Amino acid sequence: MSRSKRIPLSYFPGCSMATTAKENNRSLIEFCERIGYDLIEVPDWNCCGSSSAHSVDAELAQDLAARNLTLAPKGRPLLAACPNCMLRLRGAQRHLAEVPDAQQRCEARWGRPVDPNLKLIHFFDLLAGADMKGLNKTSPGLKGMKFVPYYGCMLARPPAMRHEPNHHGLMEKILSDLGAEPRRWGYGARCCGTFLSVVRPDVVGAMVDAIFRNAAAAGADCLVTACAMCHMNLEVRSTLQNRIPVLHFSEALALAVGEGNGKDWFSRHLVDPRPLLRSARLIA
Amino acid sequence: MNKRNHKNNGNLQRVMTIAAGNGDMGFVREVEKRSGADLSACFHCRCCAGGCPFIEAMDYAPHGIIRLAQLGLRDEVLQSATIWTCVGCHTCSIACPMAIDMAAVMDAMRGIALETDAAIAEPDVLDFHREVLRSIERYGRTHKLEIMMRYKVKTRDWFTDMDVGLRMLAKRKLDLLPSKVKNTQDLKRMFRETAERGTP
Repeated sequence: MSRSKRIPLSYFPGCSMATTAKENNRSLIEFCERIGYDLIEVPDWNCCGSSSAHSVDAELAQDLAARNLTLAPKGRPLLAACPNCMLRLRGAQRHLAEVPDAQQRCEARWGRPVDPNLKLIHFFDLLAGADMKGLNKTSPGLKGMKFVPYYGCMLARPPAMRHEPNHHGLMEKILSDLGAEPRRWGYGARCCGTFLSVVRPDVVGAMVDAIFRNAAAAGADCLVTACAMCHMNLEVRSTLQNRIPVLHFSEALALAVGEGNGKDWFSRHLVDPRPLLRSARLIA
Repeated sequence: MNKRNHKNNGNLQRVMTIAAGNGDMGFVREVEKRSGADLSACFHCRCCAGGCPFIEAMDYAPHGIIRLAQLGLRDEVLQSATIWTCVGCHTCSIACPMAIDMAAVMDAMRGIALETDAAIAEPDVLDFHREVLRSIERYGRTHKLEIMMRYKVKTRDWFTDMDVGLRMLAKRKLDLLPSKVKNTQDLKRMFRETAERGTP
């Protein structure tokens, strides 16, 4: 992979990865660099609207996401790793394409053109075509790490998007190619609760505890999450005394290619994963 | 209008009696127009209810909300806890054999509830959403510490989650200063134009 030409991608981090989950952001950027992609942050990007904008004002939600599309340079694919940001950006792109005048109004408002053919790619799309077995030959890998994949709601999509590629099983496939051992369980697609975590901590706490208990019962040493918000809700809402750590998918990938040592990512977790990572010889 | 036992508390088997005399049949058309979903396609197989992770916190199951709309029971829908509890995770949509976009249906119903000043069954949810939007309006991005502080002021609940907040601060998960867009005028303008056509 190192011999091939490097590929620049526009990058939309989103609020969670830019703030609460900086370890997710950094590990993602470093892993992407390692496999040949240079991420260039979209200049002056704004919040995609999160779960709140569409909950109270559909038009505002489209406007917020669409401004970001006007800021992405033409011709360079736009990468996001937050599932909800990606969903909102794709929704806005569909809105601009399908609603008469929507694109013209958006362009007139911001005084910038929107590339209607801008390719929006989720981090999973990028990995789906990557050859991890080849990478494994030159990397330390994840041998000895038993994990359960936690997708939350990211694999569930609105019916209008059901013909787009889906990535069931991708974390299991990629991480087992890198030497880790996925464990089977039934809670990988339980929603983390998003904003109910704040408003109804009782409800979300019970849900999150069930997720941790089932992960441990499946024989996992850790959970691996694909979404920064899931990661936060799992970590802050569990009421269990003893629970296994939660790694961001990007952290697991960066560890596998030997980029995890000496990083301050793991001290930012509420459940410290370092004892586990040391015992698996993934960090010193 | 006679309602009995409408709180299901997660028990889907409980009997519900609703007298639907003078249903508002314009309501279901309005929800369909806004959501793009065909609510008459729902035949109440309950796949949505079976998969919903937060049904226990709802007063009506998701398909129950559709039934109310089919019967024209507008106020029951707009004053329900369900429309505010739904987080739009789409778990129901992938289970639905008729591919009804439930998240879009809930968005439409919340929109109508706000526009018609319906009584909000879960005001804390709406307060939280408004604090998130206020943060986006000011900074262009969400500033979680301020959102949480303002939400606490609004709900007058100071002690729940104090420990969680302190642990997050200790782990550097809550930034004291916001991550901001440079062109904050863009966002102010967007929100002003939104307010001019009707406040969120």
